[in-house]
Amino acid sequence: MNFYERLMNLDRRWVYLVVGIAVIIPVLNPFRVPVYVTQEVKAIYDCVESLEPGDILFLAIDYDPQAMAEVHPMAKAIMRQCFAKDVKLIISALSQNGPGMAEQLISELSKEFGKKSGIDYCYLGYKPYFSIVILGMGQNFRIPFPTDYYGVPLDSLPMMRGVQNYDDVKVVIDISSGNITDYWIIYGNGRYNVKLAVGVTGVMTANYYPYLASGQIFGLMGGLKGASEYEVLSKQGDRAIKMMSIQTTAHIVIILFIVAGNIGYFMSRKKKIK
Amino acid sequence: MDLGTIIWNTVALFLTLCIFSFLYKDNPFYKFAEHLVVGVSAGYFAIILYFNGFIPKVWEPVTQKGEWWYLLPTILGMMTWARFSKKWSWISRFAIAFYMGIAVGVAIPLEMQQRVIKQLHATMLPVHFTNIQGVWNLLIMLGVLCGLIYFFFSMGHKGVVGGAARLGIWILMIGFGAGFGLTVMGRISLLADRITEIHNWYLMVTKALWGF
Repeated sequence: MNFYERLMNLDRRWVYLVVGIAVIIPVLNPFRVPVYVTQEVKAIYDCVESLEPGDILFLAIDYDPQAMAEVHPMAKAIMRQCFAKDVKLIISALSQNGPGMAEQLISELSKEFGKKSGIDYCYLGYKPYFSIVILGMGQNFRIPFPTDYYGVPLDSLPMMRGVQNYDDVKVVIDISSGNITDYWIIYGNGRYNVKLAVGVTGVMTANYYPYLASGQIFGLMGGLKGASEYEVLSKQGDRAIKMMSIQTTAHIVIILFIVAGNIGYFMSRKKKIK
Repeated sequence: MDLGTIIWNTVALFLTLCIFSFLYKDNPFYKFAEHLVVGVSAGYFAIILYFNGFIPKVWEPVTQKGEWWYLLPTILGMMTWARFSKKWSWISRFAIAFYMGIAVGVAIPLEMQQRVIKQLHATMLPVHFTNIQGVWNLLIMLGVLCGLIYFFFSMGHKGVVGGAARLGIWILMIGFGAGFGLTVMGRISLLADRITEIHNWYLMVTKALWGF
């Protein structure tokens, strides 16, 4: 077996090992890489920044703990930005393994900013069948959620007085790791015409650019890169920014493997033709 | 740092390493962690569903408010369980038909509007050469047309149609490439997060044990 054939038949465990080392090195020796902000992320930041104190933003935390690495920094940065600006939040968690994680995040940040449930934010929690819940909230938040996550009736919460449905919120931002985003676009935007932006995992990002181009969503954050852009703009948190150096190193290694694999393929094919 | 935090973080570290061990080859540690995830997720979901679905939507309305009509969808839902019996499985068809009827009625107009009509509308763009946007619009239009021609099998892919189909497959490949790149980014993010957490665990334990 010559060099090129060896390159083609490299044991995948070597790839894992090298990628692992490429990730470990920047963790032990942290460095920063520049983060360039894209228009689709800036649109979300500008929208949140334009809100006045007392305005309501609906934040849909629709991911499970396994997607925290990618999308949790987005939710954190948006929530921080809203709390810092005294923008009120209505928060839902429509992914079945997410409500406890969302509650942890809300209690951590509300404590940090001195915000109170029912006055500065309302955490609705989880209800099964997200498509029906999204449609129901379009009529009245009280249909799927007569009480908030803590069992308090919505009517008794000061911030929910006079707040009926999506017409009373300025914008909906869906942070998601699954197809709930589709239903926010189809039912939320399609049926109720909500002003919608989404933050999704890297794997999902390419699927949502057509919706951005068509104007069905006005902003899009894709994976950890999107989260880091939002952190740069909002100056709220730096976890995703720190991770960009790890991401960059690992990507360089993967690109080198792809190049090496292609060289191996073309050279061994050339030899066979000869 | 309290002992509980250290213990739970150590458990998390152990489970992470169990899952990573699969990269070498399948083994009992990986199997243990995998089954634990499935079991915990199923158990958690069952409880969440019970307290967020059954209690507020069935139990409380019926027993506390006397809203007995909530029993009707409950009975309909319970009919789907008849599928477990060969003899009575036909009963479940009523419930499924009811659910399908509603879901299709709600979904078809909105799906058509959001996924087809608005997307089609977004490809009907003015093509011009006065600025770069006009050229991008042309590219979008060509991309959509050639992509569709590739999936048009009623004519042989020869001549002009063949050329357009070939361009279509190239455009599809670029799309798949973008998807693959973003997938790699996503997977590396997950790995980076776990490695960072392992490093944080190491710092936490050394600080707890030796104070630095």
